[in-house]
Amino acid sequence: MTDRDAELLEQTWRDPPGFFGWFCAINHKTIAKRFMVTTFIFFVLAGTLALVMRLQLARPDGHVVGPDLYDQMFTMHGSTMMFLFAVPVMQAVAVYLVPLMVGARSVAFPRMNAFAWWIFTFGGIMLYVAFFCNVGPDAGWFAYVPLSGPQYSPGKRVDMWAQMITFTELSGLMEAIIIICTILKMRAPGMTLNRMPLYVWTMLATSFMVLFALPAVMLSSTALICDRLIGTHFFNPGEGGDALLWQHLFWFFGHPEVYLIFIPPLGFMSSIIATFSRRPVVGYPAMVLAVIATAFLAFGLWVHHMFATNLPDLGKTFFTAASLMIAIPSSVQIFCWIATLGSGKVNIKTPLLFVLAFFVILVAGGLTGLMLASVSLDVQLHDTFFVVAHLHYVLFGGGVFPLFGAFYFWFPKFTGRMLSERLGRWQFWLFFIGFNVTFFPMHILGLQGMTRRIYTYPAQMGWEGMNMTATIGSFMIAISVLIFIVNVLKSRRHGALAGPNPWGAGTLEWSTASPPPAGNFELAPVVHGRYPLWQEAPAPTHVTGLANGDREVLVTTVADALPDHRMTLPSPSPWPFWSAVATTILFIGSIFTPWAVVWGSVPVAIAATCWFWPKRNEAERRRRVEVHP
Amino acid sequence: MSERYEQPRGHAQPERPRPKEPVAAGAALDVSALPTFGFGQRSPMWWATLGLIAIESTVFALAIMSYFYLRSHASVWPMTGMPPDLLWGTLNTVILVLSMVPNQLAKKASERMDLPQVRLWMVLCMLVSIAFLVVRGFEFAALNTRWDSDAYGSIVWMLLGLHTTHLVTDAYDSGVLTVLMFTGPLEGKRFVDVSENATYWYFVVLSWLPIYATIYFGARY
Repeated sequence: MTDRDAELLEQTWRDPPGFFGWFCAINHKTIAKRFMVTTFIFFVLAGTLALVMRLQLARPDGHVVGPDLYDQMFTMHGSTMMFLFAVPVMQAVAVYLVPLMVGARSVAFPRMNAFAWWIFTFGGIMLYVAFFCNVGPDAGWFAYVPLSGPQYSPGKRVDMWAQMITFTELSGLMEAIIIICTILKMRAPGMTLNRMPLYVWTMLATSFMVLFALPAVMLSSTALICDRLIGTHFFNPGEGGDALLWQHLFWFFGHPEVYLIFIPPLGFMSSIIATFSRRPVVGYPAMVLAVIATAFLAFGLWVHHMFATNLPDLGKTFFTAASLMIAIPSSVQIFCWIATLGSGKVNIKTPLLFVLAFFVILVAGGLTGLMLASVSLDVQLHDTFFVVAHLHYVLFGGGVFPLFGAFYFWFPKFTGRMLSERLGRWQFWLFFIGFNVTFFPMHILGLQGMTRRIYTYPAQMGWEGMNMTATIGSFMIAISVLIFIVNVLKSRRHGALAGPNPWGAGTLEWSTASPPPAGNFELAPVVHGRYPLWQEAPAPTHVTGLANGDREVLVTTVADALPDHRMTLPSPSPWPFWSAVATTILFIGSIFTPWAVVWGSVPVAIAATCWFWPKRNEAERRRRVEVHP
Repeated sequence: MSERYEQPRGHAQPERPRPKEPVAAGAALDVSALPTFGFGQRSPMWWATLGLIAIESTVFALAIMSYFYLRSHASVWPMTGMPPDLLWGTLNTVILVLSMVPNQLAKKASERMDLPQVRLWMVLCMLVSIAFLVVRGFEFAALNTRWDSDAYGSIVWMLLGLHTTHLVTDAYDSGVLTVLMFTGPLEGKRFVDVSENATYWYFVVLSWLPIYATIYFGARY
């Protein structure tokens, strides 16, 4: 490709410059970077809340915060981590990586992608503005009724929570559709399903799960806000409603959600382990099938969050069995990775350290999960710190550790520079040790009967030693995250130059420059195997015939990735931003008056129509070169 | 308004070999002869519509399950004692089922890129939309319960409200597309939009049938 063609391609796909251009950006890499930074800010905010809570619990009869603020803090911590960090950050990373890994120039619906980020950001800001105005939710991140209902939670606090759910789940559902369509229809020619990178498989499975899991929480939070605002009785036993209906609907979403956080990191693991073992992952078909099996089984587990309710014992037995069954596909993957590491030439770098920590921490969290899957033991441990320990082991081990590993791994691709290896090791060891110092004692505290969500405890209980230990550990985690931030800020400008493929990895994203050009690849690639960069490629090596001066992409068939047609993607536009503003007004307005749903939908309809309405000159230009099917 | 939508003049339909192998021979895979849009499952729009249908079906299924969950815990159902009147709901079911005829004709016309026929059937679909939205208003009035009277009323209003939201949004979408078909600017992929809009309409109609059965007969048997 000549320099002039490359320059033209860059101009075509670049986001508009300037202040107003910032609001029109739709390039998937721009949006993904903003999305990652936004979710990371929420991670730091929620982590800061956790530090204050740890300070409060460090000593008996603590006075750092009062019970009311404490309730808001643990609710904000859990809600932020689950809805504003863990699930969306996985989608944010995917929106960056999936197009690059499948050899596409963009995601399938770039404007919708921008909208999804805006609406997510507005929802998160709303929640924190509410919190700083003392209207932060305070009924726990799963907002059980009747506590969260109109009788026991008057005021607007829980409404803010329910509406934050609407914002974030709308964004999550849109991202799922975008990722599915990108994976199924925009893979490079030759990348059959059987040659798709394992990470892309995990995102495909995750996105399908999103389609079936997130509607449950949208429906239930809508029912909750209706109970609170317009006097419906879904959860009011006095008028024929049922409190357990909330738990069923919430956990029908809530359990799969754990896997929305856990399955994408399985893909990080496969990418990182293959690269640092310098060989393909062992057992590709087994890995793919295990991911799909996990995604299916995840929908059969929700009742194990409800063992302490009055459900029939036979039903609970079924869910115990299903909970134990999930260990089978999980261990298939773990054995495949161990085999990969065992038979490869292992190169220990920071990304791999985080991945190895996964094995230790997730296995520990998985084992306590097996304990909780037993009804009799669960009834004993329910609502104690044992559960807090378990869920942090699972979510840190299965989510946060691989995520940091992935960040070290792909940071050179995002920025063109390497993160410092020395600071990386400091961060890793502080994180690993700090994590265990924080959360391991919580197992014992739970067994000793310390219930979760208490804002303090008397000295006679004898819990202060382990609580102080946990608090010290939490500050080690904080320092470690601080080192990470310093590392990122420093390396972004002064890190060693990475080049296209610093780790010698095998998948397509490493075939292009770091950071990638606006159109991702100068020449759209053609794929001949699972690790295109590790094998001799026969001709053809690339695609020609796509207009460089237009946002033209190749659409391929679902299973075999045969070239099917060319499609022109939309240009940058401010309307996704304005649509998000209009939607935000509707959502927030409806907390205060149900009529906002009526008048608020007018600006939404106008903005969405302007978004859709084609520009005459662009349409005519396209029509002149149109080829009918 | 009788201009037809045709391939631009002076642009001969090129030969389009359909490769059987994933990649053809040669250093580069030339795709310049491929079409610039495609209907049905060839189009990413079709997959996105399918995704939306999956989401909305899950919402409807969970709402229907909630209905029967609440019913299984109630001693009297409906709690007010009065099931909804059958007249308006049944009339609307008939209208909705019949609306699939102009819908199908609009879909087929769009796939032939027959602009006059697309306009004709889209306008007819819009008229039908007005009819069922009006009848829907009478349906709400004939439910014989309020959303705030008891849990039965809440879930019935939820079911009917959810479906009505789909009617309103789809009627609006179709309205915008219909206007576009008259005013332009048109290009080939707008016919894909019409076709996928029709696909979604099938979902809105077909999802109504279990909701209709639930609202009107779940309260009777």
